[in-house]
Amino acid sequence: MLHETSGIKLTIFYDAFDRARFFNGFLTSVRLMAVCLVASVVIGVVGAWIQGSRLRVLRLITQGYIQFFRNTPPLVQLYFFYFALGSYLKLTTGNGIAVPIVSNFTWAAICLSFYAGAFNVEIFRAGIEAVPRETLEAAESLGYSRLKAYAYVILPLAFRISLPALNNNLVNLIKTTTIAYAIAVPEMLYVANQIWSDESNVPEMMNVLLITYVSLVGILVWVMGRWERGLRIPGYSPA
Amino acid sequence: MPWTPDQPLVRLADVHKTFGGGVEVLKGITMDVMKGEVICIIGPSGSGKSTLLRCVNALVPIDRGSILVEGQEVNDPKLDKLALRRKVGMVFQQYNLFPHKTALENVMMAPVHVLKRDKKEVERQALALIAKVRLTGKEESYPGELSGGQQQRIAIARSLAMNPDVMLFDEVTAALDPETVKGVLVTIRELAEDGMTCMIVTHEMGFAREVANRVYFTDGGVLVEHGPPKEFFASPRDPRTRQFLDQIL
Ligand SMILES: Nc1ncnc2c1ncn2[C@@H]1O[C@H](COP(=O)(O)OP(=O)(O)O)[C@@H](O)[C@H]1O
Ligand SMILES: [Mg+2]
Repeated sequence: MLHETSGIKLTIFYDAFDRARFFNGFLTSVRLMAVCLVASVVIGVVGAWIQGSRLRVLRLITQGYIQFFRNTPPLVQLYFFYFALGSYLKLTTGNGIAVPIVSNFTWAAICLSFYAGAFNVEIFRAGIEAVPRETLEAAESLGYSRLKAYAYVILPLAFRISLPALNNNLVNLIKTTTIAYAIAVPEMLYVANQIWSDESNVPEMMNVLLITYVSLVGILVWVMGRWERGLRIPGYSPA
Repeated sequence: MPWTPDQPLVRLADVHKTFGGGVEVLKGITMDVMKGEVICIIGPSGSGKSTLLRCVNALVPIDRGSILVEGQEVNDPKLDKLALRRKVGMVFQQYNLFPHKTALENVMMAPVHVLKRDKKEVERQALALIAKVRLTGKEESYPGELSGGQQQRIAIARSLAMNPDVMLFDEVTAALDPETVKGVLVTIRELAEDGMTCMIVTHEMGFAREVANRVYFTDGGVLVEHGPPKEFFASPRDPRTRQFLDQIL
């Protein structure tokens, strides 16, 4: 055993209980990342669409949302959601125990999606603005409504322009999911903490965490890079 | 009163347009374009030629006056833009093709997305249109892989795929390399010979003389004079027209 010869305690590789704990934490993290990646991109697209809308009220609400999430620390946002909003959203069951309606995991997913979504709105808006006005006019003069022009012409182009910035923000999102730790979502950092408390193997678990995160970010960057290459248009270089 | 083909297909009456800055760009334009007629609009840069065309397909809303396209009033808050734009095709100076779509897809997109026509049937028409603009073999090329002249011919085919009744051309050769201008002009002339109603803004005087039924000269937002090309070019009456023609001929 490695532990006996060198003193390195990688319990997650030989202790069934720790392995299961860590694996569940890993799955929770990946699930949180996947949900937030998709939701934040959807929020970005919808928000960017609203920012171009004629309704001032909608634009102002979106603007307020972006400012709130961009200018406050994500950890504070998470606490705000969980402790401030979460304390109201409770059901009292028959035997008098208050049960939260929204789970910790869901709060983290909501908060992180909106946090990354705020940046995505700005990223997509910049992409949309980089599509020449003339391209929209060409679509309009072919009878496209604003919605259809966006769906078929503007967004596909804006998306390509936005991809590098989107890449950065999604990498950032992956890393930020660790703050779910603060509201006891049993994700990777949280279970690592449990493990090193039990086994007193902080350095080992730190290394495991770092390597796992580097790998996850690496996978995302690789997928996004492939996607970017797949979307590349012959003879065209976006703005 | 329903529109009949013996009435002007496009009828502008006292059209006024002022942009945000406060400068009046169109100061009361009145003109009739009959079905099958080809008119060329010439005039110095900034005289409002592009704005005039863009008002006809409601890319630019007008302040005052009336524009009727086949009897449909364009200056109407309840305007059915789709109905109007099915009738009016427009080709721009910068082609404005959709860069993420192939030439064939560019031609097919609007009929499929907007008119919801059958894809197979649209493809057949699109291939025929691409052949008509002499670009068979370039169907799978992306706009970025085509020359300016080729892109412009695809842009013309893209407009034609909507089966418009009138085509607007806004200085469609102004951005092209000299050697590719001819191909585009030939395409437009063939269209005109097929009986397409055309409103053409151009700086190509030789082309205007050849293809137009009527030439209009604009300056400072007004139509200064118009006439059949032979008379117009041989004996312009207004000094502003004469000065303009002297400069560029
Ligand atoms: N969208 C716009 N907003 C403000 N001013 C405009 C706009 N479009 C055109 N103009 C102004 O209107 C005038 C006429 O422009 P334009 O119709 O493009 O002339 P032309 O095509 O004859 O060169 C110019 O002075 C131009 O600056
Ligand atoms: Mg112009």
